[in-house]
Amino acid sequence: AMNYSAKDEVDGGPAGPPGGAAKTRRPDNTAFKQQRLPAWQPILTAGTVLPTFFIIGLIFIPIGIGIFVTSNNIREIEIDYTGTEPSSPCNKCLSPNVTSCACTINFTLKQSFEGNVFMYYGLSNFYQNHRRYVKSRDDSQLNGDPSALLNPSKECEPYRRNEDRPIAPCGAIANSMFNDTLELYLVANESDPKPIPIPLKKKGIAWWTDKNVKFRNPPGKESLEEKFKDTIKPVNWHKAVYELDPEDESNNGFINEDFIVWMRTAALPTFRKLYRLIERRDDLHPTLPAGQYFLNITYNYPVHSFDGRKRMILSTISWMGGKNPFLGIAYITIGSISFLLGVVLLVINHKYRNSSNTADITI
Amino acid sequence: MFRRTLNRLCAGEEKRVGTRTVFVGNHPISGTEPYIAQRFCDNRIVSSKYTLWNFLPKNLFEQFRRIANFYFLIIFLVQVTVDTPTSPVTSGLPLFFVITVTAIKQGYEDWLRHRADNEVNKSAVYIIENAKRVRKESEKIKVGDVVEVQANETFPCDLILLSSCTTDGTCYVTTASLDGESNCKTHYAVRDTIALCTAESIDNLRATIECEQPQPDLYRFVGRISIYSNSIEAVARSLGPENLLLKGATLKNTKKIYGVAVYTGMETKMALNYQGKSQKCSAVEKSINAFLIVYLFILLTKAAVCTTLKYVWQSSPYNDEPWYNQKTQKERETFQVLKMFTDFLSFMVLFNFIIPVSMYVTVEMQKFLGSFFISWDKDFFDEEINEGALVNTSDLNEELGQVDYVFTDKTGTLTENSMEFIECCIDGHKYKGTTQEVDGLSQTDGPLAYFDKADKNREALFLRALCLCHTVEMKTNDDVDGPVEGAGFTYISSSPDEIALVKGAKRFGFTFLGNQNGYIRVENQRKEIEEYELLHTLNFDSVRRRMSVIVRTQKGDILLFCKGADSSIFPRVHSHQIELTKDHVERNAMDGYRTLCVAFKEIPPDDFERINAQLVEAKMALQDREEKLEKVFDEIETNMNLIGATAVEDKLQDQAAETIEALHAAGLKVWVLTGDKMETAKSTCYACRLFQTNTELLELTTKTIEESERKEDRLHELLIEYRKKLLHEFPKSTRSLKKAWTEHQEYGLIIDGSTLSLILNSSQDCSSNNYKSIFLQICMKCTAVLCCRMAPLQKAQIVRMVKNLKGSPITLSIGDGANDVSMILESHVGIGIKGKEGRQAARNSDYSVPKFKHLKKLLLVHGHLYYVRIAHLVQYFFYKNLCFILPQFLYQFFCGFSQQPLYDAAYLTMYNICFTSLPILAYSLLEQHINIDTLTADPRLYMKITGNAMLQLGPFLHWTFLAAFEGTVFFFGTYFLFQTSSLEDNGKIYGNWTFGTIVFTVLVFTVTLKLALDTRFWTWINHFVIWGSLAFYVFFSFFWGGIIWPFLKQQRMYFVFAQMLCSVSTWLAIILLIFISLFPEILLIVVKNVRRRSARRNLSCRRASDSLSARPSVRPLLLRTFSDESNIL
Repeated sequence: AMNYSAKDEVDGGPAGPPGGAAKTRRPDNTAFKQQRLPAWQPILTAGTVLPTFFIIGLIFIPIGIGIFVTSNNIREIEIDYTGTEPSSPCNKCLSPNVTSCACTINFTLKQSFEGNVFMYYGLSNFYQNHRRYVKSRDDSQLNGDPSALLNPSKECEPYRRNEDRPIAPCGAIANSMFNDTLELYLVANESDPKPIPIPLKKKGIAWWTDKNVKFRNPPGKESLEEKFKDTIKPVNWHKAVYELDPEDESNNGFINEDFIVWMRTAALPTFRKLYRLIERRDDLHPTLPAGQYFLNITYNYPVHSFDGRKRMILSTISWMGGKNPFLGIAYITIGSISFLLGVVLLVINHKYRNSSNTADITI
Repeated sequence: MFRRTLNRLCAGEEKRVGTRTVFVGNHPISGTEPYIAQRFCDNRIVSSKYTLWNFLPKNLFEQFRRIANFYFLIIFLVQVTVDTPTSPVTSGLPLFFVITVTAIKQGYEDWLRHRADNEVNKSAVYIIENAKRVRKESEKIKVGDVVEVQANETFPCDLILLSSCTTDGTCYVTTASLDGESNCKTHYAVRDTIALCTAESIDNLRATIECEQPQPDLYRFVGRISIYSNSIEAVARSLGPENLLLKGATLKNTKKIYGVAVYTGMETKMALNYQGKSQKCSAVEKSINAFLIVYLFILLTKAAVCTTLKYVWQSSPYNDEPWYNQKTQKERETFQVLKMFTDFLSFMVLFNFIIPVSMYVTVEMQKFLGSFFISWDKDFFDEEINEGALVNTSDLNEELGQVDYVFTDKTGTLTENSMEFIECCIDGHKYKGTTQEVDGLSQTDGPLAYFDKADKNREALFLRALCLCHTVEMKTNDDVDGPVEGAGFTYISSSPDEIALVKGAKRFGFTFLGNQNGYIRVENQRKEIEEYELLHTLNFDSVRRRMSVIVRTQKGDILLFCKGADSSIFPRVHSHQIELTKDHVERNAMDGYRTLCVAFKEIPPDDFERINAQLVEAKMALQDREEKLEKVFDEIETNMNLIGATAVEDKLQDQAAETIEALHAAGLKVWVLTGDKMETAKSTCYACRLFQTNTELLELTTKTIEESERKEDRLHELLIEYRKKLLHEFPKSTRSLKKAWTEHQEYGLIIDGSTLSLILNSSQDCSSNNYKSIFLQICMKCTAVLCCRMAPLQKAQIVRMVKNLKGSPITLSIGDGANDVSMILESHVGIGIKGKEGRQAARNSDYSVPKFKHLKKLLLVHGHLYYVRIAHLVQYFFYKNLCFILPQFLYQFFCGFSQQPLYDAAYLTMYNICFTSLPILAYSLLEQHINIDTLTADPRLYMKITGNAMLQLGPFLHWTFLAAFEGTVFFFGTYFLFQTSSLEDNGKIYGNWTFGTIVFTVLVFTVTLKLALDTRFWTWINHFVIWGSLAFYVFFSFFWGGIIWPFLKQQRMYFVFAQMLCSVSTWLAIILLIFISLFPEILLIVVKNVRRRSARRNLSCRRASDSLSARPSVRPLLLRTFSDESNIL
């Protein structure tokens, strides 16, 4: 019962007396001024809303099922290598005295991972969204602004200058960049002890716009090291910014993708960040066949002091992203509720309709 | 009345002491006394508030006196001084915007005022100086200057008329710009200066004027002019308002006049009256303030909770300062207490959007723009006066939808106030008005025995009295000099009754021909012209309720004619004459006519000498002149001879009865407050269906009370009796009163002025309180109340009494005359009718309409719609800002209570300004949740919104819970969505700004769609702003994230929005979350719909049974005023 009621009563002719020399103060008889603009007056009756409930139910339930199935088909494995448990191979690295420590964790993939596989690292209880932390960066410096390079923003305090030289990249975010190295090996078979290294791709993990527009090295033709010569590396870093990826010029300095990924501060204190890509080889072989793997970790990043945890995640991905049962379940639930309510209201409505002969009553 | 006294108090009491002496032409009077130059202010009018220099500080000061602006200023200052999560821009920009817009508006208005002032101050005037005509700027006029004014010019200051170009020293003036009365009024010069109509002669005048210090009352002036002709002896003449020409009035029909300035500049009566009305505050505004306090409390609680939790959380050192996120040296050194305080302030700032600046702007705009619809409404246009409704204040639009009590005047409001002479009685003989030729008087009404003719002399005397005892003026249409016999003139008077009477007399052969040089000319039945010298007049006023003139006939007899209400005449005439006339008067009153009695008295010459002396003395008095005059007249007006009575019909206004019925049906209580006599008022009340035939009337009048010896005892008895009756009828449940009305016996109460004052000002204090409370109990139980014989102040008293009732009901007063001004000012909403009794009521009202019938649409349609609109606006604003801020609050639990904002600064700023402001503004201007025709047709719909129904605790909680639910859904929906490694099919990750943007997108869409769900009237404007706002949001987000903004320190939002939309999951999640948020709302609509459907059915059943037992249609007493189809509901 939606009706378009055009109540326009303008009778076309000019209002007021014809040839009115006497100025009449009669209000204009326009639809707007008389509050009689033509208007669509939707009337939400049971008759109009009930079909909506059914339609919503009918649309939402299949979508939900689709998402749920997709999500369930995603393979995901998570390996915690914090090393707080004494049994963990990485337990030895917790001692503060150890400068560079390596540990290895074995794990088994029960099912093979097909298609592209994404390797994430995950941190817990790490407040990348703390206000003091979030603002502690200088985007002009990261954009390659030469003046900001030498004179970083005040927001970077207390990671702005060190030994009287500007820090590049400055700020708490950059200073705390994740610096564990993860390497993955497949144990081909029990007999052959020599593991096969899985090729990990470092590029293509950051947003294209970040990599190409937002982050830039300082301009100039000289070498990267030359460009950064007046700056000093962040306090916690082992190597300078121009040494992040010495092999690849397009992945070094500020445009190093690991760095860019880290600089996109996470929304929640438990988060994952994309570390490497494992590209699928061909259709015949799964990218990561089921079997024994071990993870080689260069353990640099301290999380024990703030009760944090570190994880390595391997995950395949679908059109809707990573594994996330929430969306599917929510769609199915809402769709069902909607459908059920539709049924209930239909029954109620029918009862009323039978007892009274009136047609849809307008408001 | 009240305002006037207030004005007097405000405008410098010390200056008012004593009188001022003005030397005409500034010529000192040699020898009499030393010339002391009194200092008066110059003639500059300053209506502007600001100058170029003080504009900024003064305007800012005034703006920040508003509590809301001040609050936002504080927030802004906190943001500037303390290290806060959001930049000062987020709250500074809206505040700056609001302040600037207001400042520009006020500045512009002030500039206009400056311009108007300048126009007035610099205009050329002519002053007589040293016998020459000197051209000067208006602002240079000094007190005492002799000013020449020509026709159609406005007077530059308050002048005492010295002479005019006419020989009789009169001039015509229209005060349209002062009080809206466009008729010409005659002003007089003092007799001794009439002749001085050249510049030379006027320069030779030596005179002083003594007058009171400036007073704001336009109609009051007391002064004395002393003229020093050749001799030293001065001639003193009294001056009254008829000698005073007010600044702002315009000279008409007179070539030029000379006047002497007495009050100049800011001391003129116009300037003293130039004052804003006291602010009335609507119920909605009070609700807004209450909500504000609730939300302020929520804000403080949130900030306090967050601060506390922050310090609890930070108690473990690895949370306070982990290695990756160290504090600066400064932060470490700050005192703990100071840090906690700044943290508290920071949280306040973060959550301050919960109290939106923009709401004030939107509410103001809604009120301002919305009020145009009233003045644009063509239904309020009246052909006769060629005017529509006028809105004097836009603050009270919604109050029109909240009225509980309507107080209406009778004359001119319920009735037309277009008087028609119906009949008269002379010595008990009745004469019907006819238009027969010469001997019109012979026509009498047949059947009744005593309808023979009265004595011829008595007839003539009666008609002469009608011709003499009035204040009617002649206005010739073409010529200034003297009335031309025939059709060339019209009668003008402030009172339509008098015109009706004069015209009535004319019908019977006595024609009033005007007033010349103090002589009244009357043409009698034999076409002879009689002249009467007008000796003294005492005008009609509502306290005395009579007027008198003293004239000298050509023969030299001195006669006093007096006409007035029967109650004031009967005690003053010989008692044996009353009986005959009284019958007539009462019968006429029963028929709803206005009656006046006419009496006369012959004054012996000796007595006259004495009386004349007394009157002259009284007239010369500087202070309390009126009182003194009244006293003298009071003494003369005794032992008069009653000649007869007149009956004048006041027609009921078009659709007055329907309007009253509609108002009753809408659950309003209508009280009629009138100065008229009881019988007249009662019959009008029946005619306009305030009382039905089956209404039982309870009377508390002098009549019922005087039966007993001790009035108070009788009053007490009656009060108790009535109360018992009513309490018996209505069981204690006052709640269901409105329902009870339709089912029980209806009661009407009639009370008159004297009884009311007996109740209110009873001698024993304790019992008077008691009386008053009993009286109020009775009043509240009655459907209709009629208060007759009310003085203006009593009207206001009644309104005040009702206003202060328990539950403080909203009162509305409607009236047309000056006597209604006090009640119009007193009530919550004052409505003026642009009637025949001048424009005072319309000027002092909040709204003015041409007719009483317009009240129906004004309340039932405009009031209802405005209320619903603004109530929805207010609730929606609080709702959308709670939705907005709640996710930000919840986010604090996930970011270590670090005051990290969830949304980008641009979103924080723009949310209320751009993304969600226009749809609600359009809604609040255009919404018609029930369409206009239905609202007019079914007055009962008005009851739905009484008692501020949409802003009570229930709806408020509903909206608040809805907002809380939605805010939670937004946040946790997104939170669960983020429990995955990636949302994109390329495995890339999203950061905190994407999180915020998703929440914000859902938020903007949800609140806008929520409004769309509430909109019942979709004009193209609604479509445009709703979909336009959403489109703008999307467009803006792309734009904002599409560029590296050079002025921003951080490029937080760079491509965040575009990247977000690359993910299918995000799309699905946004749709899902919007739907979940709106789901309860949709469900509620459906449930309500089903409930309404069943309610409708019950209603229609009841209505069917109602129509069977329809009340007997009330037969109105004044049949000729409305047609039969009007009976149909």
